[in-house]
Amino acid sequence: MGSEPQGRTAAPASRQNPNPPATPARRPGSQLLHDVLVEQGVEVLFGYPGGAILPTFDTLYESPIRFILTRCEQGAGHMADGYSRATGKVGTALVTSGPGATNLTTALATACMDSIPLVAITGQVATAAIGNDAFQEADVVGVTRPVTKHNVLVKDVKDLPRVIREAYYVARTGRPGPVLVDLPKDVQVALAEDANAGQLELPGYRPRYKGNPRQIRLAAEAINRSERPVLYVGGGVISAEASEELRQLARKANIPVTTTLLGMGALDEVTDSDLALNMLGMHGSAYANYAVQASDLLIAVGARFDDRVTGKVETFAPNAQIIHIDVDPSSISKVVDVDIPVVGDAKTVLAELLEWVEHRERAPWFEQIKDWKQRYPFSYQKQEGTILPQQAIEEVFRATNGEAIITTGVGQHQMWAAQFYKWRFPRQMITSGGLGTMGFGFPAAVGAAVGRPDRTVIDIDGDGSFLMTCNELATAGEYQIPAKVIILNNAYQGMVRQWQELFFQRRYMATPMTNPRFARVADAFGCTGLEVSDPKDLPDAVRQTVATKGPVVLDVHVAPEENVYPMVAVGKSLHEMEMGGMA
Amino acid sequence: MSKHIISVLVQNQPGVLAHIAGMFAARGFNIDSLVVGRTEDADFSRMVIASTGDDQTMEQIRKQLGKIVPVVKVQDLSEQDIVERDLLMVRVHCPSERRPELYQVTRIFRGSIVDVGRTSVVIQLTGPESKVEAFIELCRPYGIKQVSRTGVIAVARASERPATGKAVTAKRRARQAVDTTDDSATPALPPS
Ligand SMILES: Cc1ncc(C[n+]2csc(CCOP(=O)(O)OP(=O)(O)O)c2C)c(N)n1
Ligand SMILES: [Mg+2]
Repeated sequence: MGSEPQGRTAAPASRQNPNPPATPARRPGSQLLHDVLVEQGVEVLFGYPGGAILPTFDTLYESPIRFILTRCEQGAGHMADGYSRATGKVGTALVTSGPGATNLTTALATACMDSIPLVAITGQVATAAIGNDAFQEADVVGVTRPVTKHNVLVKDVKDLPRVIREAYYVARTGRPGPVLVDLPKDVQVALAEDANAGQLELPGYRPRYKGNPRQIRLAAEAINRSERPVLYVGGGVISAEASEELRQLARKANIPVTTTLLGMGALDEVTDSDLALNMLGMHGSAYANYAVQASDLLIAVGARFDDRVTGKVETFAPNAQIIHIDVDPSSISKVVDVDIPVVGDAKTVLAELLEWVEHRERAPWFEQIKDWKQRYPFSYQKQEGTILPQQAIEEVFRATNGEAIITTGVGQHQMWAAQFYKWRFPRQMITSGGLGTMGFGFPAAVGAAVGRPDRTVIDIDGDGSFLMTCNELATAGEYQIPAKVIILNNAYQGMVRQWQELFFQRRYMATPMTNPRFARVADAFGCTGLEVSDPKDLPDAVRQTVATKGPVVLDVHVAPEENVYPMVAVGKSLHEMEMGGMA
Repeated sequence: MSKHIISVLVQNQPGVLAHIAGMFAARGFNIDSLVVGRTEDADFSRMVIASTGDDQTMEQIRKQLGKIVPVVKVQDLSEQDIVERDLLMVRVHCPSERRPELYQVTRIFRGSIVDVGRTSVVIQLTGPESKVEAFIELCRPYGIKQVSRTGVIAVARASERPATGKAVTAKRRARQAVDTTDDSATPALPPS
């Protein structure tokens, strides 16, 4: 378990059971559950107790598993998610029935949209009471079915160990995702033995890892023929741990790489800057969007042609053949028709593809891209006396040598973070891409900091987003979890305001906000609070934030009406970008 | 748009039906009919789902069904040679003087009269959907009081005839070709 958090001492001797039972064959469900969690390598649980899950909480009283008490179940879910994204392990949340479980749903939906493996264990009322509108009963399996990869109500304690093993297996294999296990209170206390150890019963679940060799050959031939190829890389490359294979392929075949919001860090934008096109899509780089539109071959890897990426689908990459490599067959040809589909795990498929591709110069193509890069870099106009949000992100990059794990909320700050931090390694960027969940950033940073104590973890957040889950400052304060928050405080729901400015004649309905003094809020929760509004003080303030021990909140007052550019308006083609002040 | 019959073998677990029906609703797929029944193995049930959609939609339906963990096997039976049946029970308004004529029609369709009242009769009929629907049309002029149908069930034929199913040729979703060389083309391609 590595570093024991400050503020929590080891259990006193009196808490340890003086004479533990000699492993009886039949044990209560809660104990079976606990032991399978240990067996599955669970080192930390994020959660919140309540009546229906009490027997299970009791097993944690003298457990090697670390428990983090969050201040809302949503926070527990996002922390498990952030832990998962930062470490590649399966995060686990443990909450009670009814309101505990419903509070978790936003976090499940967030993880499901971004294919993040996590396991949620929810207490449920006793099996005999199910269906009677019992106290704190909710049809959790029903409520969460559309926002989980898989979910199960355990009715018989005999099934419990197997179901928990299946949950971890399903969560982390294939296209990963959240799995929920609903656990009635009587099942937690009923006795059983862990009989069929290790046996799973998933006859319909067969994730495919190896790509079809014929399809891979076809893909390689298309690559070798192509004059203007682009690799379009998403979160699938991160979850498959395939960034090394990606780098080798891009280098060997000489193909420029653009990444989605979830794919940031799949390619090192600093050392491979000649190949990096950075992010594409609605707020992507002009050069990435132009390159995709002008390409004759688009190689999508672990990406799903989200509408924020494609713009108007009918004119997306209009002259390109499309190769799509994805572990989930249902992602292929869902949005855009694919010429060469390859169903398989990104790591194995890319490794195999690497054997067949040849190096090609493609000098005119790279000349063209270089020209676009020179003409349309991400840029902004500095202002005297006011901190620009983009400037603050560049400052964070400098102060962390580009080595921090960054989480974000949702809004303008999220897009600026993607644009102005330079992404260097996989699992560095932790953000809610698919669902766009405001409030994700801070609890995700706490989870990431728990999982990666070796890294600086910074939540680049919006004032609006942060306020949605800043109750978790109490969690960070109590356990002194060293997550840093840098709020780009524009006193607006900036992204919504931008749309109002552009499409609703500046009628700023419900987007200006009177904010609390965030530094004082942090202080009240036992965290360090800092504040800065003069550009001259910015570098020091950011450095101090990074250097200060424990959780820190830096409230950065930024230009209130700055817009994110480039921008592809809804319904426009990817190359029809508004450049704002950029060009 | 064409009609498809999809056979789905599922693990017998609480909630699978809700899961599958919910997936169809959430993704905006049609269900024309859905039949669930036990199979030769008590651990598994079979659902037979009739749905209408273009090739792309049907491909998505198959793939999305395949993603559901308790789903063991998905087959589009429309690609195979199959025997399909729908069972119809219909109560038709029919005063005694019109009975002979309705009985006649029923006999032609190999249906049977299963109940007779003063002013109405109940007819039972099985057959492929098209036959059942043709019969319902013929009943309409009498005045249909109630229709109840099982929906289609189907199995692959025992006799081994060559499959009549059409090859799945994915039609290319039209992405409009854009001329890279012509600057005046709308939408204009990136400046170069
Ligand atoms: C939970 C949730 N509610 C509403 C939205 C819609 N939304 C998207 S961005 C945004 C404003 C974000 O404001 P802030 O966090 O201050 O970020 P900024 O855009 O100002 O950087 C809103 C309301 C959302 N994404 N998530
Ligand atoms: Mg804001």
